[in-house]
Formats: sequence, structure tokens, C-alpha cells
Amino acid sequence: MLLLAAVVIYSMATNNRFQWGVVGDYLFDPRVLRGVRTTLELTVLSMAVGIVLGVILAVMRLSPNPLVRGASWLYIWFFRGTPVLLQILFWGIAISALYPKISIGIPFGGPVLASGNANHLITLFVAGLLGLGLNEGAYMAEIVRAGIISVDEGQHEAAASLGMTRIQTMRRIVLPQAMRVIIPPTGNETISMLKTTSLVSVIAVTDLLYAVQLIYAANFKTIPLLLVAAIWYLFFTTILSIGQYYIERHYARGTSRGLPPTAAARLRMGLLGRRDESGGGGLG
Amino acid sequence: MEANGLMLRAEGVHKSFGRLEVLKGITLSVKTGEVMCMLGPSGSGKSTFLRCINHLEKINAGRLYVDGDLVGYRQDGDKLYELRESEVARERAQIGMVFQRFNLFPHMNALQNVIEAPCRVKGVKREAAVKQARELLERVGLADKIDAYPAQLSGGQQQRVAIARALAMEPKLMLFDEPTSALDPELVGDVLDAMRQLAQDGMTMVVVTHEIGFAREVGDCLVFMDEGVVVETGHPREVLANPKEERTKAFLSKVL
Repeated sequence: MLLLAAVVIYSMATNNRFQWGVVGDYLFDPRVLRGVRTTLELTVLSMAVGIVLGVILAVMRLSPNPLVRGASWLYIWFFRGTPVLLQILFWGIAISALYPKISIGIPFGGPVLASGNANHLITLFVAGLLGLGLNEGAYMAEIVRAGIISVDEGQHEAAASLGMTRIQTMRRIVLPQAMRVIIPPTGNETISMLKTTSLVSVIAVTDLLYAVQLIYAANFKTIPLLLVAAIWYLFFTTILSIGQYYIERHYARGTSRGLPPTAAARLRMGLLGRRDESGGGGLG
Repeated sequence: MEANGLMLRAEGVHKSFGRLEVLKGITLSVKTGEVMCMLGPSGSGKSTFLRCINHLEKINAGRLYVDGDLVGYRQDGDKLYELRESEVARERAQIGMVFQRFNLFPHMNALQNVIEAPCRVKGVKREAAVKQARELLERVGLADKIDAYPAQLSGGQQQRVAIARALAMEPKLMLFDEPTSALDPELVGDVLDAMRQLAQDGMTMVVVTHEIGFAREVGDCLVFMDEGVVVETGHPREVLANPKEERTKAFLSKVL
């Protein structure tokens, strides 16, 4: 297995069609860096929208009120049931066609406070953000719901018996405990979102992928520029994975199970006492 | 306080889960300052009745009054209207409850467990709440465990934190749902001591328990329940020494 990997890496490194020199030239190109920034902004904001929406939808879904429950169900049904690419296209294109003029003011004939062309008001970036964020909300809702359900019923009862309301109980007692179950899949969602943002290139938002596409459309150095994008995506997914690991440790407090050692601690142990109990083997 | 000095009054309380009728008309009362112990085989409805008292379960028929106020409902003429969530919460804030499985908040240490409700529900200032919590934890013998998380405490210690947590709301009635049933035998004593102390301080208590000794020694009144009805009620020493009903005799012969 290792040998095979070595052969592949060696051939990639030595095959000059990959043009590693060109990769180096463009890795920190200002256009690429702007694309990186857009991709990161989209990732962070879409996840923020998704998480906030997800928590609200999950709490609604568990409400005793059937109308509230139904609204949440309908949202999840719709946004999870259609492709995210379609939703991005919808926000990017269809909105300006359906509502070419958007006015802010009192509805039904009241005074107009502001109005403008929908294409200006809803910029393409915001359209991409809406497409990604609203879709993510539906997925996060299910993740948060699973987390809430995982918390023992006795916790709800204890909080209720102390006079706490449903919302207080959720915020102070249940959600902090649900975090342990919510965090790992949310980390996955974030990593997945970082890559999914590349879909906004279809509505001409210059994220990382679209930025390199624009460059290679001009100079035809397709493969090295795609490698540039790949390197950046890999760099950030790696950082996110490490971050996720530490956040998980933080929320594991108060559980009886011991925490796994951090990567740094494991390295120290391996160097000094070789007390590591991991079975090795890897993927083979 | 109600004029007749009753803290708890139940009149014909019925409760069903689907087709299963768990409470078949419970009528009883507890005077202010009294300790009522409830005995009975499992499945007899004692715990369900306890949970009805603070509206964790909704009753299907009958009336439940705590300190003269209807629990969970508002009466207008002949009709009952269910209280809003915030009103139910306000009623519950005056009734403390201790659970068989402790139900401490595992992500908070002992002190945080105790101050949470006073700060969030009653709006007590944090400093005052911390001072009160220290006193309460000291009272249940856990002055040195203030910073410990529930997972670091034994069952008996957790249950005493749970008692302190309930007391922090300064309830007028305390409900105990088999508070020692999940404990190792050697840990039961500390929890019962804390409860005995509470009774001596004049707290009104309803205790569902299998601890016959505690019922005899601390209880002012004993209720024996079976299959959703009150079979026998009276002074603990009287009922335990000379049970009148056959079912009570049969149960006591098995547990004594």
C-alpha cells in the first residue's frame, strides 16, 4: 500500500506535464488569493446561516405545537429534497427574473423607502450564500435534532421541575449536552461545505475554483491551476480537521469516558516512552 | 398558605397512559410541615402520582391543589383551562423534586448545578446565589465537592447535590421519587440523613420510597398504594405494625 502511494507520488513529482513550477507561480497569485478569501467567507457565512437555521428548525421540529412542527418539516422536506446546485441557480438567476424590482417599504401601496434592481440588491455573492446556507440549514436541522434527542429525558424533567421554561431548558441544559453529538457531523459538514462552495462558480461568483478557471481560460495551463486550487482546498480541510478535534475534546468535558490524547501529546509519548497503544496497520 | 393548613390536596385524581389506567381516583392530603411517605409495589402508580403533583404528567380527571392553587389548570366556573407554559413553570418553581436517577446536569459542576435555577428562573444575583449554594452544599455535607462535576461524584453525593439544587429554589413542597433506589447500600444512609434533617427543619415532603425504616421514623403519615388506588393510609407506626388491609399485609410481609 505504502509502496503504491510512493510510486504514484514519485510519478506525479517527476512528470513534467504537471508543471509544478507553474503551480508555484500561481499558488500566491493575487487573483487566486482573492478566490481563496471568497471561498472562506462563503464557507464561514453559509455554515453560520446553516447552524443558526438548523438549531431553530430542530427546536421547532420538537415543539409540542403541530403547526410549528409542520413548518419545520416542510422546510426540511423542500430544501433537502432538491439539489443544492439547483437552489444556487435559483437564487442566482430566477430571483431576478421573478422579482425584477425589489422595494423596501410598507407593503400594499405604502410609501417606498428604497427600491432597486434585484440584480444589484441581491448580489451574486449573497445569492450563493442563500443557496448554500438555506440548504445547509435543512441538513443541520437533522444533525441538531439527533443531538437533542440523544440527551436523556431526565434532563428535561429536572430542568422543568426547577421551573425552567422549554427555551431556557434547551439553551442552558439540553443544547450544551447535545453538542457532543452535534460537533463531529458539523465538522464534516463544514469540510464538505468548503468544497461545495465551488458550485457557486455556476453563477459567476469568483471563488477559488472560478478564479483559477478564469486564469486557465486565458493561458490554458489547466492542470497546474487545478492543482493550485486542490492544494488550497486540502490546506484548509486539514486545518478544519485539526480544529474539529480540539473542539470535540472541549465538549467532552463532564463525561466519564477519558479523553484521547492530543496529537502533540501522542507524538511526545511516541518519542519518549513509546506507550502508544494504537494498532498501526493503517488502511491496508 | 391555605387556611386549613393543607399543602397538598388530591381529589379523585385519574391518570391513564393510553388504555392503561395508572391512577384510579387518588384522594389524599398532606398538611404543611408534614412528611408523607408512599409505599407500594412497583407499578402501583406512586411515582406517576408524584409526577402529577408538579404537572410533569397531566391528569385526566380530578383535582390537585398545592398550597390552595390548582396544579396546571385555572378554574373558571365549572371549566378547567390549562395554564400557559410560563405559568406552569412558575408553579413548578415552588415545588422541588428529587429523582431516582439524580438527573444532575453533567456539564456543570456541583455549584453551577445549584445556582442555575435561582439565577435563571428567579433572577437571583449570582453572588447571592453562590453564597446560598455554598451553605446548602455544606448542609448536605458536600462543602469540599463544590467544584466537582457529577461524573466525579458517587451516587450518594450526586443525590445530595440534587437535593441542594432543589432546595436552592426555596420550595414550599419537596417531592422525592425513590431517592435511594439507585444507590449502593452503603451510600443510602447519607442521603436519608439529609432528608431527615430537612424534615426536622419543617419542610413539607412527599416521599416515594422502599425504605420502611425511614417511613417509620420520619414519616408523619404513610400511604400504601396498589394498582392505582390508595389501599390504606395512617400513621406509619400504626400501619406498619397493624396493617388492616390484606394487600398491605401481603406487601409488608415481603419487604419487612
